[in-house]
Amino acid sequence: MTIVYQRPQALTDTVTHYCPGCTHGIIHRLVAEVIDELEIMDQCIGVAPVGCAVFAYNYFECDMAQAAHGRAPAVATGIKRANPANIVFTYQGDGDLAAIGTAETVHAAARSENITIIFVNNAIYGMTGGQMAPTTMPGQITQTSPYGRDPKLAGYPVKVCEMLAEVDGTTYAERVSVDSVKRVRNAKRAIRKAFEYQIAGKGFSIIEVLSTCSTNWGLEPVEALEWLRKNMIPYYPLGVYKDKGASE
Amino acid sequence: MAEKVLMKGNEAVAEAAIMAGCRHFFGYPITPQTELAAYMAKRMPKLGGTYLQAESEIAAINMVYGASAAGVRAMTSSSSPGLSLKSEGLSYLAGSDLPAVVVNIQRGGPGLGGIRPSQADYFHATRSTGHGDFHLIVLAPNTVQEMFDLTIEAFELADKYRVTAMVLGDGMLGQVMEPVDISRAGNITTFAKDWALTGTQGKRSKNIVNSLYLEAEELEMLNLKRYEKYAEVGKYARTDSYLTEDAEVIVVAYGICARIAKNAVNGARKKGVKAGLIRPITLWPFPKKQMKAAAATAKAFVVVEMSMGQMVEDVELSIRCSRPVILCSRTGGMVPTDEAVISAIMEADRTERS
Ligand SMILES: Cc1ncc(C[n+]2csc(CCOP(=O)(O)OP(=O)(O)O)c2C)c(N)n1
Ligand code: SF4
Ligand SMILES: [Mg+2]
Repeated sequence: MTIVYQRPQALTDTVTHYCPGCTHGIIHRLVAEVIDELEIMDQCIGVAPVGCAVFAYNYFECDMAQAAHGRAPAVATGIKRANPANIVFTYQGDGDLAAIGTAETVHAAARSENITIIFVNNAIYGMTGGQMAPTTMPGQITQTSPYGRDPKLAGYPVKVCEMLAEVDGTTYAERVSVDSVKRVRNAKRAIRKAFEYQIAGKGFSIIEVLSTCSTNWGLEPVEALEWLRKNMIPYYPLGVYKDKGASE
Repeated sequence: MAEKVLMKGNEAVAEAAIMAGCRHFFGYPITPQTELAAYMAKRMPKLGGTYLQAESEIAAINMVYGASAAGVRAMTSSSSPGLSLKSEGLSYLAGSDLPAVVVNIQRGGPGLGGIRPSQADYFHATRSTGHGDFHLIVLAPNTVQEMFDLTIEAFELADKYRVTAMVLGDGMLGQVMEPVDISRAGNITTFAKDWALTGTQGKRSKNIVNSLYLEAEELEMLNLKRYEKYAEVGKYARTDSYLTEDAEVIVVAYGICARIAKNAVNGARKKGVKAGLIRPITLWPFPKKQMKAAAATAKAFVVVEMSMGQMVEDVELSIRCSRPVILCSRTGGMVPTDEAVISAIMEADRTERS
């Protein structure tokens, strides 16, 4: 009998606290599969954010740090500078990375820190119960935009890949989604490439993953995937925003 | 005689850190700690170390968090406004039991304040460094020699107890140039860090550096354990004493103020007042026992500091207000004069023995 499906070694044997249908779980798995395939678990150090993924330190089997809200890129910088042979990644939500941690993110990119950022954009503050995020869509109803996000009052969503593509230090920025099997496979390819670039010493990579939050969007998991396709992908187009690594 | 090197206070801290094995410095420019970062920027690349100018003090302290989590000796330095921004990181360092060394070369505040020397961050350093139950070890040098020696000790204590140690100076100590005997650097203690994030290397199970504990029972237990550690650290409470044996008036001052206070003690003695000086070298742990012992023989205390009166509260607490305590202070970057301290001592001497 051949085993066709099993838990990646880079994931611990733990039941996660994620809501049923939450795509955080898929993204964890993709990162773990890549760590397995590249055989880097022994050198790998992950940095968990403040957000629904805070317990990532319990889910990945490698060494893990938990950072203050938004500071994961700075913490990862310290870790990487201490031991450049380690493979260092952060796993951050949109509030963490694109609001409170914007400065840390942009400057880690500007320095082209040789780290990999997995950026989970679910257009909401999941952990705190569904407030407006920097990435919340115009018109989107959240706990703190109860009449829908009005750009005149609350500004426009932040497009992280587009922004970081303009930063010279960014080596690789790609936006992917996990709303279908095909896109899940593609997301894994991108995550793998980002880690490969780090191994090759090519500098700063960020993979933005469009993700659902059925709980706080108030939708069934399948509806949430549809909502993502219909509303998020047109605003946050998928694709490669920068790839300096390929030409090097 | 041991070799002496002429150094500025800020440079002495930087050189001591390097000699203590620190190869990771994360900073953000601010007066009056400038020379410290500049020294690191010059030396670190030559030593294969890291000087990284961060985008903010918040980023710098979190880089220290990362480097310390990875097991290396890491440091950041700043001055008062920068310490406000580092508060978050200092709390996380404490919650994760990470060692680190932080330098505050204080300037006048609040707000942007000024750039003249100050001691107005005493409360910040010893009381309200960040959210939650925790302490830093706070060392208060009063010479360039001590800037050097205490920085080395800060790294050793930080690693030994897995706490952040702060070197609390002021703009004047940072700038003054004095000869330094660097022999302390010949004897550096290091500690094994089996908790550090270095990658498992296939040899151990994973390490986690974390400060999140959602179970109240668990968090309480960890805080209690941490405070047991602090109680242990309490043994390091240290002072320097001058003419205290027969003193009826005890002057308490730290850092640059202690140098002024020493002159004033001599001046008061010339006027026939039995004055003595206690200089706390550790501000946390505060030398309570030494204060209590002095209260047994002295009739009054004078506290000299460059703030509206912060350490004075610790003196009063230590002696349970059993003696009058007179505050002689300047603020905003102003420095007390010998004369002002002498007249405070004379006033204290006029109090009736209770
Ligand atoms: C300094 C600070 N401010 C606010 C919070 C509260 N907080 C916890 S998680 C979170 C939002 C996380 O949202 P996001 O980064 O989008 O992650 P998600 O939960 O959506 O995956 C906030 C604001 C905090 N922990 N620390
Ligand atoms: S709240 Fe949203 S983001 Fe958080 S676990 Fe639940 S579905 Fe996922
Ligand atoms: Mg989110």
